Amino acid sequence: MANTKMKSSDTFMKSSSMADKIFGAAVILLSILIFVIIVYPLWFVVIASISNSNLVNQGLVTFWPKDIRFYGYEQVFQDSRIWTGYMNTIIYVVVGTVLNMVVTMPAAYALSRRDFKQRNGIMMYFVFTMYFSGGLVPLYMTISSLHLISTKTILIIIVAVNTYNLIIARTFIANSIPEDLYEAAVLDGCSHFNYFIKVVLPLSKAVISVLVLYYAVFHWNDYFNALMFNSNSDHAPLQIVLREILLLNQAFSSGSGGVQGGYGQSSADQVKYAIIIVSTVPILCVYPFIQKYFEKGVMIGAVKG
Amino acid sequence: MAKAKKVQASGNKSFGFRAGKYLSHTWQLWVMLLPAVVYIFIFCYIPMYGVQLAFREYSFATGITGGKWVGFKYFEQYFTSNMFWPTLRNTFVLSFFSIVVGFPAPIILAMIINQLRHKKWKRVVQTTVYIPYFISVVVMVSMIQVLFMNDKGVIGNFLKQIGLVAQTTNIVGSASTFVPLYVLTGVWQSMGWNSIIYIAALSSVDTQLYDACKIDGANRWQTMWNIDFPAILPTVMILLIMNMGNVLNVGFDKAFLMQNDLNRSASQVISTYVYQVGIKSSQFSFGTAVGLFNTVVNFVFLMVTNWISKRSTGTGLL
Repeated sequence: MANTKMKSSDTFMKSSSMADKIFGAAVILLSILIFVIIVYPLWFVVIASISNSNLVNQGLVTFWPKDIRFYGYEQVFQDSRIWTGYMNTIIYVVVGTVLNMVVTMPAAYALSRRDFKQRNGIMMYFVFTMYFSGGLVPLYMTISSLHLISTKTILIIIVAVNTYNLIIARTFIANSIPEDLYEAAVLDGCSHFNYFIKVVLPLSKAVISVLVLYYAVFHWNDYFNALMFNSNSDHAPLQIVLREILLLNQAFSSGSGGVQGGYGQSSADQVKYAIIIVSTVPILCVYPFIQKYFEKGVMIGAVKG
Repeated sequence: MAKAKKVQASGNKSFGFRAGKYLSHTWQLWVMLLPAVVYIFIFCYIPMYGVQLAFREYSFATGITGGKWVGFKYFEQYFTSNMFWPTLRNTFVLSFFSIVVGFPAPIILAMIINQLRHKKWKRVVQTTVYIPYFISVVVMVSMIQVLFMNDKGVIGNFLKQIGLVAQTTNIVGSASTFVPLYVLTGVWQSMGWNSIIYIAALSSVDTQLYDACKIDGANRWQTMWNIDFPAILPTVMILLIMNMGNVLNVGFDKAFLMQNDLNRSASQVISTYVYQVGIKSSQFSFGTAVGLFNTVVNFVFLMVTNWISKRSTGTGLL
């Protein structure tokens, strides 16, 4: 290393700046390449969903939509299964996330109290579950013995608290709420309940928004739990419906799947693109507004207690 | 609980008034913890207790704990079955390549983003690389199906045109392409998200170090290699340990959804196998045994990596 340093200080500034120019150009080229790789698949789905599907299948649609039509979207909006799935998912997201917060935040507060002597032991109780679990079958049988299989309840409560999120909240409360506030509150005769509701929660807006988003995205995208613990199609969330339509190629209720010949297949493809858009757009719409919170959440989590 | 209070009272006597206040309120902390503790107990610890099913014959009449004790019978059944090596190998191969390719990718991406001088472009790149993370597995796999569809998939065809994939390959329907497809689409989806933590670590590097480098005449490449990289090394190590602990935890969802009859020989991993035998065909004891084997191997991997890392770099998770 000493050698390279000597060398570079010996060489003229010019050659060093030449190297920097090449380096800078390489960085920009690489960033453009990455950008294209990330964006193009997304862009293609968008243009394919509004183009004539025959042209899409012939490979003629590459960068811009051609022969714009909204057939796929019309089919999607007529399909009642998608709307049932949407409604169920919204219920799971809203109720599930509220439950998550009601369970996670008080627990995180209790675990953040330095004068709470048992907190390390209880923390171990939570952390252990991150690395060891009974596995799928015992979990299934536990839920089954509680008579919760194929109920809406299980899809709401299956992940009532996520240990990783609990750690994020605990770390935030422990590090960013001044201990002086607690001392003052105690002198005023404030209880933990009051202190938590009147002081901790209002000062934890940042971490609350992070966790709400983490939990909400989890519920929105959750597929595994619905597959395992629910077989009632009335309770199926959007992701399960999507799988039936997108991957198992089930016919569309409005009948387009039953149409004979190439036309039927190609419009089925167009419906797929439209469904991908319709199911992903809600998350992507809020994304720009919540991006900074997500980044913040990753950072709080990284500090780790 | 009463006992705990007593212990504290003796320890904190000198704090007088404050200790008294604290003690009278400890029960409130327990109340606040209660829902989380109960939930974890029901959905994590009771199933852990149910793991004994792996050593028992399951009977409908007596439930999890009532069956006849059969020792390691079901483990032996798994180890000697013809699915043992394929599932173990597939799981290892998938996670090995996911780590080898997927672990450095966000580090390199963070380095690149950190080097971008144009503020607006930097912001654009950062924002777009996070987007795929929010796509659900189902949609992700559907996108893979349509974009790599045989003959019609636009990206599949592109790869064939530039000669990266043989013309005759059915990308979504063959065992040989399953691993690269699984790994690379995984990198596509999570690279940006995983880079956030490194970008943050890079942005906290002391700028004086950069100035010192400049005075020494180092160019940007040398600065990156000698300043930026050491700065994020502790973060890298911690994340590496966490990744190693999940070496056999190949995400069930994606492998399961990408699975079809044509690629099953490469896509049947332990978790999908547990689902198939344990839930689908109701071999509860056998499924539990296979799942327990998976958990134990993961745990061992985590411990070993943690130990190696502590020995060699002084950073450890536990």
